[in-house]
Amino acid sequence: MSNTTPLLDVSGLTKHFPIKGGFPIRRTVGAVQAVDGLDFQVAEGESLGLVGESGCGKSTTGRLITRLMEPTGGKITYRGQDITHAGRKELAPIRSEIQMIFQDPYASLNPRQTVGKIISGPMEINDINPEGGREKRVRELLEIVGLNPEHFNRFPHEFSGGQRQRIGVARALALQPKLIVADEPVSALDVSIQAQVVNLLQKVQRELGIAFVFIAHDLAIVRHFSQRVAVMYLGKIVEIADREDLYENPRHPYTRALLSAVPEATVDEEPRERIRLAGDVPSPINPPSGCRFRTRCWKATEKCATEAPPLVQVEGNKPGHLTACHYPETTETVPAPRLSKDPEAAA
Amino acid sequence: MSTPFLSVRDLRVHFSTEDGLVKAVDGLSFDVEKGKTLGIVGESGSGKSVTNLSILGLHNRERTTMDGEIILDGQELLTASERTLEKLRGNKMSMIFQDALASLSPYHTVGVQIAETYRKHTGASKREARARAVEMLRRVGIPQPDVRVDEYPHQFSGGMRQRAMIAMALVCDPELLIADEPTTALDVTVQAQIMDLLKDLQQEFGTAIIFITHDLGVIADIADDVLVMYGGRCVERGTKKEVLRSPDHPYTLGLMNSMPTLNGSVDVPLTPIPGSPPSLLNPPSGCRFHPRCAFAEKVSGGLCSSDRPTLEVVEGRGSACHLTQEQKQDLFADFAATRHN
Repeated sequence: MSNTTPLLDVSGLTKHFPIKGGFPIRRTVGAVQAVDGLDFQVAEGESLGLVGESGCGKSTTGRLITRLMEPTGGKITYRGQDITHAGRKELAPIRSEIQMIFQDPYASLNPRQTVGKIISGPMEINDINPEGGREKRVRELLEIVGLNPEHFNRFPHEFSGGQRQRIGVARALALQPKLIVADEPVSALDVSIQAQVVNLLQKVQRELGIAFVFIAHDLAIVRHFSQRVAVMYLGKIVEIADREDLYENPRHPYTRALLSAVPEATVDEEPRERIRLAGDVPSPINPPSGCRFRTRCWKATEKCATEAPPLVQVEGNKPGHLTACHYPETTETVPAPRLSKDPEAAA
Repeated sequence: MSTPFLSVRDLRVHFSTEDGLVKAVDGLSFDVEKGKTLGIVGESGSGKSVTNLSILGLHNRERTTMDGEIILDGQELLTASERTLEKLRGNKMSMIFQDALASLSPYHTVGVQIAETYRKHTGASKREARARAVEMLRRVGIPQPDVRVDEYPHQFSGGMRQRAMIAMALVCDPELLIADEPTTALDVTVQAQIMDLLKDLQQEFGTAIIFITHDLGVIADIADDVLVMYGGRCVERGTKKEVLRSPDHPYTLGLMNSMPTLNGSVDVPLTPIPGSPPSLLNPPSGCRFHPRCAFAEKVSGGLCSSDRPTLEVVEGRGSACHLTQEQKQDLFADFAATRHN
């Protein structure tokens, strides 16, 4: 993060989906506040992880960055260029630099196209003719992602789930992007296959210096893959930090609760105490006032209901570790995944 | 030891399909005691769901060949008539499915669906059954159960639907509960709630639980005993501690090494298991794991590809592998060093 201009700069990013209702004239009666004022940067070659539970807006964020959706508010700057409301023509050159890897390797590949056609698709659209022809490039890409280059004229159904995800990676790499948004790239895969794809993405990130926005709900995988991690709750970032800080020293109660809920494949002598969060995530149509987490937070007070906590470097945080909480967890608290010593928190 | 509550012996479930015979389960044995939880771990296609559908007798008998023995509390289930099974299902044994939205009827209220099971097995009146449904919803922790009972599944959140399913499964106080990936589709915080709920209910009623999952973390949380399945066979079994602390089969070891942890080193790449799970239409010969096994060549004479390793179980602990104990000690040694700090 030594560079002055980040690759991607997002500020105040907001996306509200209107809800139409009423008769006979349908009008907007409300809005799903999917993403509500996000600020973050992604440096060149860096991997930023976005974690959170379903409905927290992490996928919407991914789609806004890739401009598959147009934001309602805020600003997205890519390499100094404002692309918040850029039109098709303006976006065209940028689209080739920001690519996406999707969750479902079965739904994201056209079953009627050969692998070669799928991977060379982006080159065709952008009219790129690499040296030696597109087929040669496809073979190279297949080799990079660990597939047999001779398989370029096979169809997706001839491949297993993990192999299909590799095809998805090859397609994303076809245009030599600078940024890849990976939306739950391994969650549809079997455990033994997940590691193969994670290692592949890591190799790609390191060797080709591609920046990643890695969206996932699996905290252990995000920790493994991303140098910096942002935790989202109900359309807002509640905490963002380098991975060591975030996992060792979570300051937001939600981050701590989330970490403590991750089941780990270890048998401790003493059963691990968990912070039980009561209830479900509230509806983003009518989010709680003030701090959005307060309805499930064991520390919430009057102040939390009236005043939304800003995302700042709270006292005791290392630089770059931002937390949006009025009552951040203190350093005396034992790091969450191991043990929580206050039984009150569990109630 | 007395006879176990549920005993499965040498179960074989084969489906004949257009492409050939699928050996979904190929010689599987295990026991479950009352008040205990057996965790079955395996990847997709390992036969874990098929096993449990055969316990409940939910396979199409015309297209499925089943062999072996399934004895629940002294009663043989594999050969039992459909009528006998109907009396047991939902009553003595019941099941929780992974996808609650798909498993609940969208056209009936949650209350009606819970009451239906109860009325069928107890012959209670509509009013009694409704009261029972409200009580069940309360027990699984749904707020305002007397209001919620008249709502439809789409009005429930994911976690609440799963709770409603649990309420439905437990309405007749079953003695055996089969939970097939009940938390896979849920967020971690909700998953934690559901697992706590299952543990509480088990303690209260002494239910025997079979918990199917692909997540070793979930196993570590909920199971007493663990059975690891691969390609329709059991590759390793033992208590949770034995299996997770000192895995005895290369597949179990491989699974653990391929999972990142919350406190492991981030600089070391993960160690995936190469290849992909086997096709059960044309499974590998010998040990079904041998094409993906890192240690297959350590066994002399190509035994791994020619002979099926036997699963010898001593006091509930055993694994099906041709490696000798000494070899495993050498080869698996790194495990303890990398995993437990």
